[in-house]
Amino acid sequence: MKTIADLLHEHPFFRGLAESDLQFLASCGENCVYHKGDYLARENSPANHFFLIRSGRVAVETFVPNRGPLCLLTLHGGDIFGWSWLFPPYISAFDARALEDVRSLRLGGECLRNKCEQEPKLGFELMKRFARIATERLQSARIQLLDIYGPDHQGHPA
Amino acid sequence: MIPTVYRVSERSVEYPGTFTLKLEVGNPEPDKLPMRFAPGQFNMLYAFGVGESAISFSGLGSGDGKLIHTIRAQGNVTRALERLRAGDSLGVRGPFGIGWPLHATVGKEVLILAGGLGLAPLRPVIYAGLLERLAATRVRLFYGARRPSELLYREELSQWGQKLDLEISVDHGDGTWPGHIGVITDPLKAAQIDGANSVAFLCGPEIMMRFCIQVLLSKGVPPNSIYLSMERNMKCAIGLCGHCQWGPNFICKDGPVFCYEDIRPWLQIRSL
Ligand SMILES: Cc1cc2nc3c(=O)[nH]c(=O)nc-3n(C[C@H](O)[C@H](O)[C@H](O)COP(=O)(O)OP(=O)(O)OC[C@H]3O[C@@H](n4cnc5c(N)ncnc54)[C@H](O)[C@@H]3O)c2cc1C
Ligand code: FES
Repeated sequence: MKTIADLLHEHPFFRGLAESDLQFLASCGENCVYHKGDYLARENSPANHFFLIRSGRVAVETFVPNRGPLCLLTLHGGDIFGWSWLFPPYISAFDARALEDVRSLRLGGECLRNKCEQEPKLGFELMKRFARIATERLQSARIQLLDIYGPDHQGHPA
Repeated sequence: MIPTVYRVSERSVEYPGTFTLKLEVGNPEPDKLPMRFAPGQFNMLYAFGVGESAISFSGLGSGDGKLIHTIRAQGNVTRALERLRAGDSLGVRGPFGIGWPLHATVGKEVLILAGGLGLAPLRPVIYAGLLERLAATRVRLFYGARRPSELLYREELSQWGQKLDLEISVDHGDGTWPGHIGVITDPLKAAQIDGANSVAFLCGPEIMMRFCIQVLLSKGVPPNSIYLSMERNMKCAIGLCGHCQWGPNFICKDGPVFCYEDIRPWLQIRSL
């Protein structure tokens, strides 16, 4: 039976962290399963958790009046979801919905914040990882906004 | 070079505004051999009375002399081509340019990265891979499109999925879409790639290619194993008019396929 620390160790987000750090963070974590259609997080609700997706697909959605839910991105095993627990007012900006059965590790946001305060070196390391992913997602969102495959941008090629 | 008259033998709509034409020579001369071309090359298609456009081969020469081109109606010429129906005539000049370096795939993993209509000029490479004309160890296709309804060659895609590693990503989709939603660089980043043993062929919007190149480099794919197809407006297609000049290159005769290592400086200059 794998421990939470083992599972953290396996997840790409924590790759390269010291064993002692993983043990330290493991107390914030729990293993959980979401079934198809379940929500991992809800838009405008308290963002209490950071999710490491181990398997299954998750849709990151926003609800657009008169249009319904709009999927911005799908996440897969190895991806992460949620950093709203990191910044006040700790409110989730998007829905996260399981598109199939999802196995994930869930880390308590408050617990993680406290650990980061206690261990600033580890905190900085985690911040760098969050910042990198946040930057990548921002860049991806910008590319999506450009509508690069659309006719005006001549998605084409050759 | 004078255009040869071809006739549309088949026409199919991929999705509104984008269509595939199968062309056969109008008046076959008994001794004339069918046009021979390589994947990645292009023809100039001439809509009579309107003008010419550069259009890549989107199918392999099947030996029956027919040519396959997939076209997006974009402006005057391509809209005129869109109006053609089976039996109608058009002019064809070609083949032009230098195609994909299929010889570079020997013993390598081939990463095919297509964005939007960029799948069209890469389809002959996929066919070559499926027909085992590529001596590659593995063929993988990463294909990004705007939405599921704007995927090219939908039926073929599902068949290819059984024979090669296929990752499709759409910018917009709903919960019923089984693939990735987001940009194509996401599945590319997530993929386990043996960079040093890979060769990558890219075709799509320049910005998509630039981001994909960053990911490929970060995964250890050498710059001399990355090839991309560039596009510029064409006129003569034979290196005479200067219309397609790009840095020291003429896309019509030095390209459209270039090795990243050779064109890196020009790719970094805006609006060149
Ligand atoms: C080597 C090569 C291969 C190509 N292969 C294909 C193909 O397989 N299928 C396909 O649909 N298209 C292809 N194109 C693009 C195609 O040639 C142009 O979209 C076409 O020439 C537009 O002609 P038009 O008269 O309809 O549009 P125009 O009236 O000339 O232009 C309409 C709009 O498209 C822009 N445009 C025109 N030509 C290009 C171009 N080459 N690149 C970017 N923007 C352009 C114009 O600036 C304008 O905004 C290829 C281009 C090249 C250079
Ligand atoms: S199109 Fe004339 S030089 Fe290339």
